[in-house]
Amino acid sequence: MVGAACAFYAARSGLSVVVVDRGPVAGGTTGAGEGNLLVSDKEPGPELDLALLSTRLWRELAEEFPERIEYEPKGGLVVATTGHGLDALRTFATTQREAGVTCQDIEGADALHDLEPHLAPGLPGGVHYPQDAQVQPALAAAHLLRASGAELRLGEEVTAVLRGPDGAVRGVRTPRGDLLAPAVVNAAGTWGGQIAALAGTELPVLPRRGFVLVTEPLPRVVRRKVYAADYVADVASGSAALQTSAVVEGTAAGPVLIGASRERVGFDRSLSVEVLRRLARQAGELFPVLKGVRVMRTYHGFRPYLPDHLPAIGADARVPGLFQACGHEGAGVGLAPATGLFVANALTGGTAGPSGGLPVGAPTLAEAFRPERFGVGAGVV
Amino acid sequence: MPTLPSDDTVPAAPDACDDAPYDLAVVGAGPAGLAAAVAAGRLGLRVALLDSAARTGGQFYRHPAPGLGARRPEALHHAWQAYADRAARLEALVAAGRVDHLAEHHVWAVTGAAGEWSVHAALGPDGADQRRTVRAAKLLLATGAYERQLPFPGWTLPGVVGAGGAQAMLKAGLVLPGQRVVVAGSGPLLLAVAGSLAAAGAEIPAVLEASGYVGYTRRPATLAANPGKLAEGAVHAAALLRHRIPVRTRSAVTEVHGKDRVEAVTVMRLDRDWRPVPGTERRIPCNALAVGHGLVPQLEPATGIGCATRLTPDGTHALVVDDRQRTTVTGVWSAGESGGVGGAELALLEGELAALDIAGRDGRGRTSRARRRDRLRGFADAMAVAHAPRPGWTAWLDDDTDVCRCEEVTAGQVREAVAELGARDARTVKLLTRAGMGWCQGRMCGAAVACLAGGAGDTASRRPLACPVTLEQLAED
Ligand SMILES: Cc1cc2nc3c(=O)[nH]c(=O)nc-3n(C[C@H](O)[C@H](O)[C@H](O)COP(=O)(O)OP(=O)(O)OC[C@H]3O[C@@H](n4cnc5c(N)ncnc54)[C@H](O)[C@@H]3O)c2cc1C
Ligand SMILES: Cc1cc2nc3c(=O)[nH]c(=O)nc-3n(C[C@H](O)[C@H](O)[C@H](O)COP(=O)(O)OP(=O)(O)OC[C@H]3O[C@@H](n4cnc5c(N)ncnc54)[C@H](O)[C@@H]3O)c2cc1C
Repeated sequence: MVGAACAFYAARSGLSVVVVDRGPVAGGTTGAGEGNLLVSDKEPGPELDLALLSTRLWRELAEEFPERIEYEPKGGLVVATTGHGLDALRTFATTQREAGVTCQDIEGADALHDLEPHLAPGLPGGVHYPQDAQVQPALAAAHLLRASGAELRLGEEVTAVLRGPDGAVRGVRTPRGDLLAPAVVNAAGTWGGQIAALAGTELPVLPRRGFVLVTEPLPRVVRRKVYAADYVADVASGSAALQTSAVVEGTAAGPVLIGASRERVGFDRSLSVEVLRRLARQAGELFPVLKGVRVMRTYHGFRPYLPDHLPAIGADARVPGLFQACGHEGAGVGLAPATGLFVANALTGGTAGPSGGLPVGAPTLAEAFRPERFGVGAGVV
Repeated sequence: MPTLPSDDTVPAAPDACDDAPYDLAVVGAGPAGLAAAVAAGRLGLRVALLDSAARTGGQFYRHPAPGLGARRPEALHHAWQAYADRAARLEALVAAGRVDHLAEHHVWAVTGAAGEWSVHAALGPDGADQRRTVRAAKLLLATGAYERQLPFPGWTLPGVVGAGGAQAMLKAGLVLPGQRVVVAGSGPLLLAVAGSLAAAGAEIPAVLEASGYVGYTRRPATLAANPGKLAEGAVHAAALLRHRIPVRTRSAVTEVHGKDRVEAVTVMRLDRDWRPVPGTERRIPCNALAVGHGLVPQLEPATGIGCATRLTPDGTHALVVDDRQRTTVTGVWSAGESGGVGGAELALLEGELAALDIAGRDGRGRTSRARRRDRLRGFADAMAVAHAPRPGWTAWLDDDTDVCRCEEVTAGQVREAVAELGARDARTVKLLTRAGMGWCQGRMCGAAVACLAGGAGDTASRRPLACPVTLEQLAED
């Protein structure tokens, strides 16, 4: 997804682009995740700012690709399960509002049921986030790539990053030959660390596994993205105990999606019955009508995460000509357009973007995503 | 603030279960699983035999539903005695407490490792009752196979049934799919199906085999080693002759006609690559079509625990098993068609070979069985080569033919995903079109989608859930 967005915005800024992937389109984490475009789950800070920019860009893209990427501005609903939890959620939402998020407090079970008629009875309230939206990630990536006009080289693995005598990037090597280019963008997601290593530097991207449950097709019983906010209370209480909390949502095609768990288990592909149990239980607690519903399938993917849970975006000061665009963890679909725009800007020296440039505040934002910030790999040749 | 709702590491809690662990859990009570459970029980192991069906026998030994006043089932197939013997032994073992036959257990996943497998099942006729976890030290997966379908215009009309499905219907309830039934597709099952349908009173205007049968004769050694198979073929041929059923090779049904149900089919000659030869169209009136293109091994739940698969000569994936029926995962065996299609007799043998190895018996009884198994496998492979679908079959698909009937995805949509959106395999086609995301989870359309996407890949598609399971069952402790 991130690579497709980079290609799209780079091509829009007049660059000629080749996209190389060892697999098919969306064959990495993009094809194994969900397409939530969320602002609701982000605390004020650089990631939220990036998400807000992306929200605007996704809306533009949706107009450009009507229907085809299944964009749905359905909104999110975060519900509290206890009065204490509701207080913490409200406080959290206030800080988000100050950072530019649109959200409304929802008071009491009746108001919740007006929004989501099938929610469990007796919940104290929640917060509604109309900016939360949805795309189908694989379709979005495929259509962005197609619209970019970039040359696609699928099924080709990058085996080396070519560098000149001055250390600057000259292109990449694949089994089909050398591909020369003055700039190389590393959008290899969870495998981004490997590409960085090929370029002679380091990026500590690690996998974080997530499972999603998919039910049989149902008439619309869940209208928005709904999840419980207990984690807010946990953080507010300073407790070290962490929680799993399922995001439940209906899809246009009928199935309800329940996801996703997060755990650090390397690239372990085995099924965890315990994870499924937790997701199923939480979904049933929020929406009791779902209890008898059949889960048709489950899938999992490996989110690319960096130690501070922020992506690496922009020119890598350690290797001239190398640009990073990876490590978006659980938000790479949502954050892809803004990432693409930032990268296109870095590639062209600041002219990319729908209105000829990035919004105010972009330079400080860019600072937070500096690829060298982990203090490793500097000066490695 | 954690990034999102579920920011934690989930501990691997031991799975809840009701009883003490078994020595062996067998998933699938078809010929392979049944033979294995009986053999292992007799060798002294405590065995759990799980199957989603209410009765043993799998796809081969079907039982008429009680109360249908059906003729005795043995009238329909000869290998009944082999089954009856084992079913009787199973009853004795169950009575003795050596084997538990856990019927109506739909196994949705297996977790764990050698010595401590957990087999997760959803109970009840349709798997909607409670959940149960069966623990066992060793695991034998004998999940069999299901029929391969290749789409063509009109294949979703009522009256079009699977060839094996028609056979199964006949065995189970003695119902005919129609009075005038065209039988088409590829593979040895077609002849058996035509014979049974005719014997049950249907008129069969034609059997259409897309390949030829000549393939086998190119392997005289394999044929000569399998006199039993020859005799079986002769029985089918005789049945067809007796009922005057014309068998046309290198021909296929390329379209079905009818408003609310089948009224006729168009039949065309095929070239070597299964491309229809223009100008050879013939219309055959009929009110049902039984069609099938061989069988596809049922790989779940095996692939969920990492058992390796191989590409078979006819373009499907089967579990990799060694000489002793061991899969590539320690503590897991496979017998029967999950390890490659080959018929009931082979399945029985493999079940027994697996049981011998599981019980640690190496010498007696092994060598002769292994020899017969190898012979039958050789024959099965020769047949698989002869009947493998050829790439030209996709020429009989219109762009608006539904390929995935659950999600109503057309051939045109699949072709677009491949040609214009960068899909290079069935998985990406699924992501981009939803083909294979519906009820059957791609069991019906998987073969067709893979062909349209450029052929079966090296790895089989993964389905971490072997069958549907309710949220409530998943949530149970
Ligand atoms: C269960 C789950 C749920 C999620 N839900 C959401 C959500 O709701 N919203 C959201 O925004 N995000 C979500 N995510 C996260 C999101 O999926 C990822 O952040 C995003 O897909 C990352 O995109 P990417 O382009 O960086 O990586 P990828 O999609 O993994 O792309 C990287 C590509 O690099 C290729 N590659 C790697 N190495 C090489 C090489 N040497 N040569 C050539 N090519 C190579 C790979 O083949 C791959 O195609 C979820 C993730 C998971 C696992
Ligand atoms: C529709 C059909 C019709 C056929 N008709 C004929 C015929 O007429 N003549 C002929 O010679 N051969 C026929 N065959 C082939 C023959 O049935 C097989 O050669 C033989 O049955 C293989 O035995 P098996 O034990 O390997 O598998 P099967 O007989 O297929 O048994 C597998 C068993 O595993 C069970 N199972 C699978 N997955 C699960 C799960 N997740 N949980 C619980 N249980 C599970 C199934 O319910 C089934 O009982 C037919 C096959 C099919 C598919």
